[in-house]
Amino acid sequence: MLEIKNLHVKLADEDRVILNGLTLSVNAGEVHAIMGPNGSGKSTLSYVLSGREGYEVTEGSVTYKGEDLLAMTPSDRAAKGVFLAFQYPIEIPGVATMQFLKVALNSQKKARGEKELSTPDFMRLVKERAAKLNIGQDMLKRPVNVGFSGGEKKRAEILQMAVLEPALCVLDETDSGLDIDALRVVADGVNGLRSPDRAMIVITHYQRLLDYIVPDHVHVLSKGRIVKSGGKSLALELEAKGYAEFESEAA
Amino acid sequence: MADLDTIELVKDIEVDKYKYGFTTDIESDFAPKGLNEDIVKFISAKKGEPAWMLEWRLDAYRRWLQMDEPAWARVSFPKIDFQDIYYYAAPKSMANPKSLDEIDPKLLETYTKLGIPLKEQEILAGVRKQGEKSTLDDDGNEVVAGRVAIDAVFDSVSVVTTFKDELAKAGVIFCSISEALREHPELVKKYLGSVVPQGDNFYAALNAAVFSDGSFVYVPPNTRCPMELSTYFRMNAKNTGQFERTLIIADKGSYVSYLEGCTAPMREESQLHAAVVELIALDDAEIKYSTVQNWYPGDAEGKGGVYNFVTKRGDCRGRGAKISWTQVETGSAITWKYPSCILRGDNSRGEFYSIAISNGRQQVDSGTKMIHLGKNTSSRIISKGIAAGRSDNTYRGLVSAHRKATNARNFTQCDSLLIGDKCGAHTVPYIEAKTLSAQFEHEATTSKISDDQMFYCMSRGLSQEEAVALIVNGFVRDVLQQLPMEFMAETQKLIGISLEGSVG
Repeated sequence: MLEIKNLHVKLADEDRVILNGLTLSVNAGEVHAIMGPNGSGKSTLSYVLSGREGYEVTEGSVTYKGEDLLAMTPSDRAAKGVFLAFQYPIEIPGVATMQFLKVALNSQKKARGEKELSTPDFMRLVKERAAKLNIGQDMLKRPVNVGFSGGEKKRAEILQMAVLEPALCVLDETDSGLDIDALRVVADGVNGLRSPDRAMIVITHYQRLLDYIVPDHVHVLSKGRIVKSGGKSLALELEAKGYAEFESEAA
Repeated sequence: MADLDTIELVKDIEVDKYKYGFTTDIESDFAPKGLNEDIVKFISAKKGEPAWMLEWRLDAYRRWLQMDEPAWARVSFPKIDFQDIYYYAAPKSMANPKSLDEIDPKLLETYTKLGIPLKEQEILAGVRKQGEKSTLDDDGNEVVAGRVAIDAVFDSVSVVTTFKDELAKAGVIFCSISEALREHPELVKKYLGSVVPQGDNFYAALNAAVFSDGSFVYVPPNTRCPMELSTYFRMNAKNTGQFERTLIIADKGSYVSYLEGCTAPMREESQLHAAVVELIALDDAEIKYSTVQNWYPGDAEGKGGVYNFVTKRGDCRGRGAKISWTQVETGSAITWKYPSCILRGDNSRGEFYSIAISNGRQQVDSGTKMIHLGKNTSSRIISKGIAAGRSDNTYRGLVSAHRKATNARNFTQCDSLLIGDKCGAHTVPYIEAKTLSAQFEHEATTSKISDDQMFYCMSRGLSQEEAVALIVNGFVRDVLQQLPMEFMAETQKLIGISLEGSVG
């Protein structure tokens, strides 16, 4: 589904290189965990995949379902099934969460030439998906992320994912700022979305999340490239030894 | 939930984004160009006015000659040559229409093009166009559209007023002000100029001298006006000023909701619009006055467009009276407008809700005055200014309490949103309290649409334009909710259209 080849990325405004020859292949149905210390390029990878401005690809390619992902606008990527769950979800004052979901879903459907959902059908869909994430009507009426607790923000991100039904989910530090109960709810939500047609890239700093979202593959990112790949046991090894050992391997 | 419709609408619009810019090819009757006492007499005679009215106009004209144009607003424009304007233009075929059948079909066509169906049978379904989707609220409940009675003003004359008979059954008078002068002279004489006197300011004096038409509403005691009232203003003729005058009286214990909409053709020359609106609310009466102003804003370089110099004032003359202004200002090259409330009656209340959007080279200087005179009076001001392009957007407001206005209260919130880095937003609040018991609160914020917000929306599938429309509609939500339900969806669309081309 996703082929990242020798990806080099630098900040557009300065000369700092962040990704330095990253290669990764993700197939439908797989869950890949990307772990790494602060500053290793984890968030940059998520932004480059979703098309945020401010980054410049100097070398390499990203192919998504056979197409050049880097040539698409962020909205096109979304319509084609790429979804980023933000580490710090953004507030949009005055726009009800429910309304935001509807505009987003219908924009994507329109871009794909599909029929938009009727309001009653849409409400049913959202209510059903929201219930699984412990999200009540009240929260759906509140403006997007405004005044949400850390746990509410992350649950709202997963709700968007559940409603938009993307093919490739990128979860950027979804566990940050969550207590253990909230983590469980969010992980259950993510696990509920695992499917043979869907791939996930779970970016995290800590092994803890991977107790709940069990990955098929684990990659260690250091200084902008993947320095080691393995099964889920690699995460435990990392937890025990720390990142330092891998950083020396990268050098 | 109308954001997607907004976007579709935006996309339908071509490079030339002002969709109301067409001209109606219709023969007009003009008064000779320029202004002097003979012109004032000409207009008064055209209207068949009583002698006292002519005197009133001439008095205003003489005062106007002594006055200077106000220069304190944060706007700049070339000096207006008041002798180079036509002060009266009327469609020729419209000398004295009695019913819809006598009206030039071209005129009706114009209003249909503007989405304002005049024929009553079409209006029965509300102001929305036939076949248009219904509006749903957040819970999916259908919102039932009410019916709206419309007075349509084309250049200087009122073309037709709908639903008159039905309103008459409730005792409500809704007609053009020319007709009111003929049919109800005692009411007009009693109230005209009682809120905005002839010599109030330069443009109000000019209006008093040459106003040609406008709407008149009288709601009798203890009557709830059975439907929304609405006036639709259209400027058509070239080099013609529009000076309409609206007078609304809500007698004791009555209620009326009124909406005005405005558009004008695209012309290279600027057009002057100097209206006066007077509202009078007696004991326990309530007037809700909403404006959706979409005059032609001029082209991207600031050529042409309407100069909107308007005096609007409401007088809460009785105890417990309430006046509420809601305005959505998206058009005009220059806006100079401060809908105000005089809180004369004890326990009276004034409200001002405003959305002012400026794009391109538009200049907006708008706000309100809340004058607290009576005891226990309260007022509330919510202003949302959105500046894009190279525009300037100023909120200017006065809140004052007379020394007898014990326990006067005001809450003011002014929020500005900037789109891009070439526009300006300014907030100029004046606060004067002459009683220690007054409690005035003022809050102001200025923000920008952040790149983070844009990216967040786009990463969910929204295009750039969709994202701006959504974020701005969220920003103005508190005020949008004050509009009559029938106009909310319409307004959301208008906001999207006004900001087209503001990013990227």
